[in-house]
Amino acid sequence: MSVNNFTEPKFLVGPILRVLNRVRRQYIQNPVSTLHTLCNDVVCKMFRNQYDTDVTTWSPAGRLFQVEYAMEAVKQGSAAIGLRSKSHVVLACVNKANSELSSHQKKIFKVDDHVGVAIAGLTADGRVLSRYMRNECINYFYTYESQLPVGRLVVQLADKAQVCTQRSWKRPYGVGLLVGGLDESGAHLYYNCPSGNYFEYQAFAIGSRSQAAKTYLERKFVSFMASSRENLIKDALFALRETLQGEKLTSSACTIAVVGVGEAFHILDQETVQALINEFEIAGEEAAAPDQAGVDEPSAADDQAAPVDQSAAPMDM
Amino acid sequence: MNSFDSNPATNSLISSEADSQRTLYPYVTGTSVVGIKYKDGILLAADMGGSYGSTLRYKSVERLKPVGKHSLIGASGEISDFQEIMRYLDDLILSDNMWDDGNSLGPKEVHNYLTRVMYNRRNKFNPLWNSLVLGGVKNGQKYLGTVSMIGVHYEDNHVATGFGNHLARPLLRDEWRENLTFEEGVILLEKCMRVLLYRDRSAVNKLQVLFSLCGIHNS
Repeated sequence: MSVNNFTEPKFLVGPILRVLNRVRRQYIQNPVSTLHTLCNDVVCKMFRNQYDTDVTTWSPAGRLFQVEYAMEAVKQGSAAIGLRSKSHVVLACVNKANSELSSHQKKIFKVDDHVGVAIAGLTADGRVLSRYMRNECINYFYTYESQLPVGRLVVQLADKAQVCTQRSWKRPYGVGLLVGGLDESGAHLYYNCPSGNYFEYQAFAIGSRSQAAKTYLERKFVSFMASSRENLIKDALFALRETLQGEKLTSSACTIAVVGVGEAFHILDQETVQALINEFEIAGEEAAAPDQAGVDEPSAADDQAAPVDQSAAPMDM
Repeated sequence: MNSFDSNPATNSLISSEADSQRTLYPYVTGTSVVGIKYKDGILLAADMGGSYGSTLRYKSVERLKPVGKHSLIGASGEISDFQEIMRYLDDLILSDNMWDDGNSLGPKEVHNYLTRVMYNRRNKFNPLWNSLVLGGVKNGQKYLGTVSMIGVHYEDNHVATGFGNHLARPLLRDEWRENLTFEEGVILLEKCMRVLLYRDRSAVNKLQVLFSLCGIHNS
């Protein structure tokens, strides 16, 4: 094989010139989209406008589209709900498995004895952020031998998310976090956004079909502050059921976690959850007369003062 | 402290260039600090002397200082290292206040922070040559602890540093009880400081006493 042929510069000139001319012709017609076409040639062409390629590009309306798209990712995840009283915080999630063969996606993480987090969106991002939060809590405890206040943890998390909205070589985290925890000033529930914003809530829901849960929570939230632990869990289960929209709520499809005064953050095991579900509502929802039973159920269960015997038949109206 | 090692003439074998970068022996030192818990909080007492070797050189050295809203610190040992510690603590309290979120570092947190600092420095063979007493009240909880220059730390109802451990603590073990009133606490501390003045060569006859109260913030 002759070395000369392949290494002489002029051998390569022809193909390069052809490509350049093609680009030049396109460029003359439409400068901006040429660049995008080149970039997005092989990848999907689903971008909505010219300002959404980079997270470091503002739109003329003053928006960062990449950050907004990241928040869309949160809405695609399965629902996560949080509520708090003066002394307790409850986190609840819908845990749908991809298929019957696979295990459930882990959506609730214990961060420390006094803090836990429920995620919606890209679970991998959520896992990484949980690891960061665990590190922060452990380091604080090592130096000060006391619990990291939840408010400070949340600010550190938000600052970390903000960094990803201002570096061209990074992307925003595609996960929303409901941080529930306890510190000296009481029980707190925060929501951390991919945008780097955080808010404190009385109750909140994120993920797909979370609007149904939010509607339920908006009706009942005034009573949460003074709620007992059991009622708080009950409300969480009801809110969770709203997101299922008719499907049966079983303990295999959901995860509940509680943290409170004198109670370290822990995830309730499946039997406990199933018992609670049976106690607070009629288990065989679709077994009973469909629409009527479904509509009457919440009000009946709300009126219910004493727990229903598990083996008893569906309650009469 | 080994008197052998503190004499430069005897350790020329182990001294080197790098020694100018770390604390080898103390120069201006304070003597004992004594602290007790009483009914409403903490009482600390220390004299106001800074000795330069065997000379009682400085007689108005404040060795007790308030830290943040809740704590008090007292130090014996190298005075300049105590000033360095105060700088660290001022930075720490400032950062804590900057959060502006209603949380604040209490005496337990400050004590633990100091333990980490002292132990870290000892591991680098560059100690802060102090024995510290840290006390305070937060949310009605009284806290009194001590940290030595090598990072040994513990809490107790009554603590002391240096000679205080040998002369004052036996008195306190006999006469301290729960819920001393303020007056009784001061009398007890005065007794300890008098014994120290009699028997400790580096004690001076000018005292500083700090107290911290439940529900009152240092201002």
